[in-house]
Amino acid sequence: MEPLNALIVLLNFVIVPATAYGAQLALGALGVTLIYGILRFSNFAHGDTMAFGAMATILFTWFLQGAGVTFGPLPTALLALPVGIAATAALVLITDRAVYKFYRAQKAAPVIYVIASLGVMFIMNGLVRFIIGPNDQRFADGERFIISVRTFKAMTGLDEGLAIRTSQGITLVVAIIAVALLFWFLNKTRTGKSMRAFSDNEDLALLSGINPERVVMVTWLLVAALTTVAGVLYGLDKSFKPFTYFQLLLPIFAAAIVGGLGNPLGAIAGGFVIAFSEVGVTYAFKKVLGYLLPETLKPDGLVQLLSTDYKFAVSFVILVIVLLIRPTGLFRGKSL
Amino acid sequence: MKKLLMATAATALMSTAAFAGGHGADIKIGIILGFTGPIESLTPSMGDGAELAISEVNDSGLLLGGKTVEGVRADSTCVDAAAATAAAERLITSDGVKGIMGADCSGVTGAILTNVALPNGVVMISPSATSPGLSHNNNEDNGLFFRTAPSDARQGVVMTEVLMDQGIMEVAVTYTNNDYGKGLADSFQAAFEAAGGTVTINAAHEDGKADYSAEVGALAAAGGDRLVVAGYVDQGGSGIVRAALDTGAFDTFHFPDGMISATLIENFGSEIDGSSGQHPSPSDELAAAYTALVDGAFDATSPFTPEAYDAAALIMLAMQAAGSEEPGDYKDHVMAVANAPGEQIQVGELAKALQILADGGEVDLVGATNVELVGPGEAAGNYREVGFDGGAEVTVQFR
Repeated sequence: MEPLNALIVLLNFVIVPATAYGAQLALGALGVTLIYGILRFSNFAHGDTMAFGAMATILFTWFLQGAGVTFGPLPTALLALPVGIAATAALVLITDRAVYKFYRAQKAAPVIYVIASLGVMFIMNGLVRFIIGPNDQRFADGERFIISVRTFKAMTGLDEGLAIRTSQGITLVVAIIAVALLFWFLNKTRTGKSMRAFSDNEDLALLSGINPERVVMVTWLLVAALTTVAGVLYGLDKSFKPFTYFQLLLPIFAAAIVGGLGNPLGAIAGGFVIAFSEVGVTYAFKKVLGYLLPETLKPDGLVQLLSTDYKFAVSFVILVIVLLIRPTGLFRGKSL
Repeated sequence: MKKLLMATAATALMSTAAFAGGHGADIKIGIILGFTGPIESLTPSMGDGAELAISEVNDSGLLLGGKTVEGVRADSTCVDAAAATAAAERLITSDGVKGIMGADCSGVTGAILTNVALPNGVVMISPSATSPGLSHNNNEDNGLFFRTAPSDARQGVVMTEVLMDQGIMEVAVTYTNNDYGKGLADSFQAAFEAAGGTVTINAAHEDGKADYSAEVGALAAAGGDRLVVAGYVDQGGSGIVRAALDTGAFDTFHFPDGMISATLIENFGSEIDGSSGQHPSPSDELAAAYTALVDGAFDATSPFTPEAYDAAALIMLAMQAAGSEEPGDYKDHVMAVANAPGEQIQVGELAKALQILADGGEVDLVGATNVELVGPGEAAGNYREVGFDGGAEVTVQFR
């Protein structure tokens, strides 16, 4: 029983939370990487686009809840997701028309785009706070747990419990579906192929008759869908607060860069690398070792590599190492 | 532009001078609070509390043979030490205040004390600075600094008593990574360990972060009967509690003042049943008496306004006891008028106190917060111990 208990502790406190967090980061990083691959700039407004998408979904969720519509054991927010995506798509397309199109026509340098996206970030920041306010909003409903600590203990008779939240399960399932759809789209459809061609070599793509405005529009639509899904999943799993979405920007960029900017596969891997290193490196292995080692060798200390204060340092150390040793990221970046 | 600036400065100077000349009060007391800045919503009521005590004394006409007192407001900004120092400097040198009711936030209070109050020998009584760093146990303050709000070191001791009374000997601690959280967590750990308890881990968490599973993982591995969350309910504190409940790491918690709020119940309801907590608060009777005295003139339930009333009252009673408004004379009488022995003085009875002191008697100010100055001149503090039962917050007792 002892090794089983150790495994359950590890699952409950490291593997399950890190997997859910990793999936959220991966969805966010996919959006960043798409924009980088096709529009060729780092979009700093990404975190706040996520916040906007989540906000639109929350508002519609409240409307549905008010009208008495629920989704059984699943959160109502999933029903509201298409509306949220549509609202976000409208917002990013308007932003593109109003801001980025101007710079595209001028063939501006990437750094100018980045600064422009910084401005867009502040405007979206304000917009979200203006509409829904800066406070915590809770919109999760339905069953909270797929399996809770208490039922797990009763079922298995083990000393340690395992909790899997519905939101964690949904996060993983939705993330897998979204990624599968994205890869199918990029690899199998005509539009997807033209996007990859545009990303590979813009001039050649233009010569072969690909309409750049169309590619840009499709990219923004994909980004809107990905950010809204990521934002809503994150909000369901933790809670919705505009400021934390702004803070998410850093781990998301770290994930995208570690994986290789512009490479969708890399974005997913990067998300999980960052999440697992944040949780794993700072985890105290006292309990796990306590179960595994014989009585005489049981540790007194926490057996913690780094204090949790340094968890953000961990992801950035990985980022620095990757940039030094393999600047294009784990998977070769820069093209779709 | 330069000329315009000069002209503005000159006008401002002249108008302040004109103002200063226009007042006819015999004694001035500075009221330095952050009227702008992070706690600007609290300070107007605090200032009103101090001025309430001043007008009560003026109406009695008994202070030092009929002298009148006037409160002069200045802005501490709560965060900008340079601005606060300049404001205090102006109060002392140009207004000639004989005592300062203030400042509010711990940082600026320390700055004013070392840069202005100490060199000029002026008494300061703060209604709201709670940092343990302001406890001057070796008389570094020349006996000039007092506070009517309890130090967070005191809260650490009270917390220890609350937990020990429930038979809890082993806890994990997490705190928000700033002066408040760190100070409180450290003072609690010291008090708890001195009383024979064990703190399995004392780890920080950052506010407003994306994910707290790493923190909760470490706290759970360390273990303990209860998790002490020295954070803010609107910030990371709630995130930690949520994650700890979901993973089954801890079922019950202990919440210091930053976590006690209606939001806590709103967020967690009956999930935190069996938890405990405490926050500084005068008893219901004292709060009711103060509210009755204020009589709707301002918000009497706003935090720290009773403390401000008591701080101003202490300054004036000490002057009366010393028979002099000079800070050097009355600083030694502040502790005497605040503590037993003597006739107990409730809110609204300052006239009675002044009369007793004038007749050579002794007083013990109860005031709005049951003032009791201990150690280096800081309030012992009254804490409300709360419990959580059936999804509601209940008052267990006052300590």
